[in-house]
Amino acid sequence: MDEQDGDRNRELMLDGNAAGGMLYDVFSAEMTGAPTECASCGRRGEIGSLLAFTQAPGLVLRCPSCENAMVRIVRAGDVTYLDARGAVYLRIAR
Amino acid sequence: MGEPFVSRGFFGRRRQPEQAGRIPPGQYLVDDWPVLSAGPTPRIRLDQWRFTIEGLVRQPVSWSWEEFLKLPSKTYVVDISCVTKWTKLDMKWQGVSVDTLLQAVALDSRAAFITASSYGGYTTNLAIPDLVNDQAFIAYQEGEKPLTPEHGGPARLVVPHLYFWKSAKWIQGFRLEEREQLGFWETLGYHRRGDPWKEERYSGD
Repeated sequence: MDEQDGDRNRELMLDGNAAGGMLYDVFSAEMTGAPTECASCGRRGEIGSLLAFTQAPGLVLRCPSCENAMVRIVRAGDVTYLDARGAVYLRIAR
Repeated sequence: MGEPFVSRGFFGRRRQPEQAGRIPPGQYLVDDWPVLSAGPTPRIRLDQWRFTIEGLVRQPVSWSWEEFLKLPSKTYVVDISCVTKWTKLDMKWQGVSVDTLLQAVALDSRAAFITASSYGGYTTNLAIPDLVNDQAFIAYQEGEKPLTPEHGGPARLVVPHLYFWKSAKWIQGFRLEEREQLGFWETLGYHRRGDPWKEERYSGD
């Protein structure tokens, strides 16, 4: 495809700070400054530095280096699903 | 569904009652086409694009872009509903029926489900009865134009009678399965089938 095509999808992409509210709801902690590590490429950085996709049926946080999906969260009615297989760890402050 | 969601002035008077019956419960009507995505738009060179059917088939089949465009195609005008609650009516697509594609392979009798997979890693699961009898197609045009990358171009699956997350963008292939392998959103609480008329949004709905 033409590389010059406009990409609203990329324009809609945010950084992990945009997910701070939803992460706070899930973990009851401020998460954007917390360190994490990509399970795919080993990149280390704060959650706030991840790529956030929020215009979707759920929240997807991806590694800015390799684009691996590190954290996925869906609010499915009155329950919340969390998949963090793509992260080696998440650090949750008391 | 009693209240119209948009005012179309003089143009909409006769269409509104007809439209109301076409909007599934809990949905609202849009005129634009929202972009939703769970990852960066993959950039696929057409000379490297392939669509492959594999898994429980006697012999896998794969088409290049050039070969795919030579397959018989049709115009489809269908209504689309996204689980994020928008519905867009009368979307016009050009594409190849999934029937045409499945006719090119000999299915194993155990094949009951399809995992649709995309460039970029997205997957979604579908039961074969939801894909056949001209209910689903691989689209490469929307309106009269080539499908843009942000909307899934060069080609995407379209399954109009299910929520739009089933209509995998940037489609790369089908894998025939005996057992349903839940996809990107289905593993995270979304419904395995996703019928908008039954509001099958989440597992358990």
